[in-house]
Amino acid sequence: MTGVQDPSVQIHAAAETPRGYGSMKRKEDARFVRGRGQYVDDVVLPGMLHGAVLRSPVAHARLTAVDTSAAEAHPKVHAVITGETLAGLGLAWMPTLSQDTQAVLATDKVRFQGQEIAFVVADDKYAARDALDLIDVQYEPIDPVIDARRALDPGTPVVRDDQEGRTDNHIFDWSSGDATRTDAVFAEAEAADDQLVVAADVLYPRVHPAPLETCGAIADMDPVTGKLTLWTTTQAPHAHRTLYAIVAGLPEHKIRVVSPDIGGGFGNKVGIYPGYVCAIVGSIVTGRPVKWMEDRSENLMSTSFARDYHMRGEVAVTRDGRLRAVRVHVLADHGAFNATAQPTKFPAGFFGVFTGSYDLEAAHCTVTGVYTNKASGGVAYACSFRITEAVYLIERMVDVVAHDLGMDPAELRKRNLLRPDQFPYRSPTGWEYDSGDYLHTLEVALEKAGYPELRAEQADRRRRREAGERVDLMGIGLSFFTEAVGAGPRRTMDILGLGMADGAELRVHPTGKAVLRISVQSQGQGHETTFAQIAAAELGMSPDDIEVVHGDTDQTPFGLGTYGSRSTPVSGAATAIVARKVRERARIVASAMLEVSPDDLEWNDGRWQVVGDPEASRSLAEIAMAAHSNLELPDGVEGHLDATCVYNPPNLTYPCGAYVCVVDVDPGTGAVHIRRFVAVDDCGVRINPMIVEGQIHGGLADGVGMALMQGIAFDLDGNCLGGSMMDYLLPTALECPSWELGETVTPSPHHPIGAKGVGESATVGSPPAVVNAVIDALAPFGVRHADMPLTPAAVWSASRGRPLRTDLAIT
Amino acid sequence: MQVPAQFAYEKAATVDEALALLARHGPESLVIAGGHSLLPMMKLRLAEPSTLVDINGLAELAHIRVAGDEVRFGALVRHAALLASPVAREHFPILTDAERVIADPIVRNRGTVGGSLCQADPSEDLSAAFSALRASVVIRSAGGERVVPVREFHRGPYETAVEHGELLVEVRVPIRPGIGSAYLKVERRAGDWAVASAGAVISLEGDTVRDVGIGLSAVGAPHFVAPEAEDALRGGPATDEAFAAAGRVAAEHCSPSADQRGPVDYKRHLVSELVTRTLRQATARARGED
Ligand SMILES: Cc1cc2nc3c(=O)[nH]c(=O)nc-3n(C[C@H](O)[C@H](O)[C@H](O)COP(=O)(O)OP(=O)(O)OC[C@H]3O[C@@H](n4cnc5c(N)ncnc54)[C@H](O)[C@@H]3O)c2cc1C
Repeated sequence: MTGVQDPSVQIHAAAETPRGYGSMKRKEDARFVRGRGQYVDDVVLPGMLHGAVLRSPVAHARLTAVDTSAAEAHPKVHAVITGETLAGLGLAWMPTLSQDTQAVLATDKVRFQGQEIAFVVADDKYAARDALDLIDVQYEPIDPVIDARRALDPGTPVVRDDQEGRTDNHIFDWSSGDATRTDAVFAEAEAADDQLVVAADVLYPRVHPAPLETCGAIADMDPVTGKLTLWTTTQAPHAHRTLYAIVAGLPEHKIRVVSPDIGGGFGNKVGIYPGYVCAIVGSIVTGRPVKWMEDRSENLMSTSFARDYHMRGEVAVTRDGRLRAVRVHVLADHGAFNATAQPTKFPAGFFGVFTGSYDLEAAHCTVTGVYTNKASGGVAYACSFRITEAVYLIERMVDVVAHDLGMDPAELRKRNLLRPDQFPYRSPTGWEYDSGDYLHTLEVALEKAGYPELRAEQADRRRRREAGERVDLMGIGLSFFTEAVGAGPRRTMDILGLGMADGAELRVHPTGKAVLRISVQSQGQGHETTFAQIAAAELGMSPDDIEVVHGDTDQTPFGLGTYGSRSTPVSGAATAIVARKVRERARIVASAMLEVSPDDLEWNDGRWQVVGDPEASRSLAEIAMAAHSNLELPDGVEGHLDATCVYNPPNLTYPCGAYVCVVDVDPGTGAVHIRRFVAVDDCGVRINPMIVEGQIHGGLADGVGMALMQGIAFDLDGNCLGGSMMDYLLPTALECPSWELGETVTPSPHHPIGAKGVGESATVGSPPAVVNAVIDALAPFGVRHADMPLTPAAVWSASRGRPLRTDLAIT
Repeated sequence: MQVPAQFAYEKAATVDEALALLARHGPESLVIAGGHSLLPMMKLRLAEPSTLVDINGLAELAHIRVAGDEVRFGALVRHAALLASPVAREHFPILTDAERVIADPIVRNRGTVGGSLCQADPSEDLSAAFSALRASVVIRSAGGERVVPVREFHRGPYETAVEHGELLVEVRVPIRPGIGSAYLKVERRAGDWAVASAGAVISLEGDTVRDVGIGLSAVGAPHFVAPEAEDALRGGPATDEAFAAAGRVAAEHCSPSADQRGPVDYKRHLVSELVTRTLRQATARARGED
């Protein structure tokens, strides 16, 4: 059965470009659909050489010898760089985004399968790859630390023995919320007859963002000017430039980072990878441009993974369904290096929002990070800095509570959602939710789904099954998520000391066309369109008349880049404000043109107009020409309308949404079919509804993938079992129903245009809806939880009371 | 992306020319048909042939035709052509069923019947379907032609009766009136290899099973068949209970291994479930009920 097609959700681009907000086709797509995008691998420079990385086949071993002589003798090889070469330059290790260090090329040990050992530079990529086989590496094996739950056991081998004095694999303990208050509520609930404590162990398995374009770089160090141009796959070009300057000691004005078209990021392209550094060193050593593009397996096995949170959730609840408190402990597997990308003061990202969308008396969580012999990363895959894990936990727990209380999960949510009059709402863990009308959003979703009818159908099917009919199991899953995005206020949020503000510059040409330069970097989100629309709406222009420039540090203002759904909340705000600055400058010029005081002008329908006299008005184009003409300009303008802005967000924005998923499960095979998926998102004001829906579609597909098929498990030897697209499955159109979207709009009160950011909402909100639906379907088997990915084997095993452990190899 | 090792390339225009090229380039040369198994192996450097002999130009091997009491499928028949073939659908719906779940349209547009059988991947679907149908394959060498039953074709994972310097040229399937057939596969995602799959071909005499073929894939069944289950059914009643019992026999005698597609107990369960279901469906088709 195919999904229900709701004609109301088919938003088509308007035939005419809107003068501001509204659906319009993406400006960037003209080049993409013609195959004229330019990705890093499309860049070919004169004299360019090619690099390849030698990687460790084993997860944990001491390196006793690395013999490169045969590779160096290869006729097409120009250089072979090893950890020893880099150690000579002080570059064998580099700092991570979490105040740890990470090996660029291994010197002492290899610490995960796929770790970088050597870098070959050759005439072409084939020769570079051939020469890798000529490098002779001697390994002395060490027992690998694979099972995160055993990483702190006494006697476990120490992964990071490079750190002085280290005797275990413990990275950090972090906590949030009020432990005393929370424990007190739990003690009460345990003692009282009309209350209970519900607990469950919930794993969010290791997954990988798997962007279609893998990571890579072309380093071009000009030996004459001393200027390094780095073409690279980065979501944060400015941050990368500054880090290269600090780490490698290169003068920052002599570094230009260009991030051209990016084929998907999802957080995978936030960090700096050893391959980038090797390409830079390769170019310095050979005096020629060096290109390095990793292949698919390298991307899956060595770059930033996501999640890997082993969570224990406990909820104190009254028997009539009032959620009182939540207590969580997390064991976080960070791999061999703590290289998660997150604001400095947040070692567990924004996991602190694990209280979700509910009105709780108290909450507390502790997170323990551990090293294992796996690739590093952790914050990626559209997770809004671990909000994915937090939302999954609370939404799974709410369903477990509903199961244990025998209560309808929609009813349980309704009883506990925050009410509109509670906003701004300070959560028990200290987050200030800006706005929302949760009950309304949930009701729109339930209405759209036809929730009571679905439950009736389910009851009917269960009856028929009990009577011996061969019918599939039916499951209905809900999730209600609140995100905290748009990091963030600089007083609390920085990455390696760089405040999380972002900038915009707007330049208006004499004929009234404009160039907008932004510090964030699109990886498919449609910035060139959305940001043009934001400025256009403020200036009464057509978005077609505004060119958006991004991704080149020599061309754009400083900022921290695109991830954590922060582009619209931060740079979008900067864009609105810079446009307003331009508008104010235009007012002064217009006052000179109309020979009135600026105070006598009002902004009306995209023009400055003399108050009460619609005949006397000027458009921005007329004003721009005047600003560049021989008109005598009053004080306050210098002859152009241009402006710049750096936006320091006063708070995060809090998008929310209610999702309903309907599945059919074949009890004989465990196969899950998603019949319907209703997604009602509230991301505040929608600038381009078509782009917003595209973002949601993608995120929902991501969620289906994570819930049903994606996962990187390891065997106990440390072999990565998700190192190719045959093993690491991405969902296809066949697994995705026809999405049924809806919206509610609760503007953010503190954002200049009320927008909240939507890039990750669906990735955050959809996995719990799918999992809740599958577990709901399995209720006749007494199942209350099973871990993702819910492959047919996992579903069947859960139905037999033998749930699979999905982080380890199935044996 | 993934970078293969160096190799030479030759294009053959006829079967004889292909055989001559293989002889000339020696044991490190390999035939390439659709390339959907061979190229990924080369990119991962699991295969490093010295020379590829391209047989995609061999129009003489792209036929599907009825010849007497059998249907002949050329080795170069693409999955997509087999999927669309009215001849296959009429006589052997098991093949149409199987093709519907093999890989994805992109792979099916290039991948071939011959390449699938010769790759002999333990999770390959057509081998199970052709084994259930008791097909034969025709192998050509410089010395001539031989016909090998599919149930003797596979020597083990990735190994077949085709020697170096030989070509598989045709698959022949006997047409038997009154049979029904069906194929089912459980996969983690469209286009994924099977967790387990099963195919059944059944011919009835009234309500008695005259003969039956049961193919299995991805579960370590030698020659992709379940002979014990076939024996258990043959001559007995064509009932749901008998099918379920045959499913259990098949499950007991195969030897699946655990991997990320599932643990052994699950795969055995699937064999039992899928054998039962395909027998039911094949029987319905034999009776003209489906
Ligand atoms: C993403 C993906 C998913 C897949 N999923 C499935 C699936 O679900 N089920 C399934 O059954 N298969 C699946 N396959 C495999 C696919 O069916 C086979 O790759 C393909 O059909 C093999 O045929 P080919 O023509 O491409 O063979 P090639 O790759 O060209 O050749 C394979 C081997 O056979 C040899 N060979 C080819 N033709 C001949 C011949 N005529 N005589 C002698 N030797 C020959 C070659 O030398 C080589 O060793 C999948 C493949 C991919 C890439």
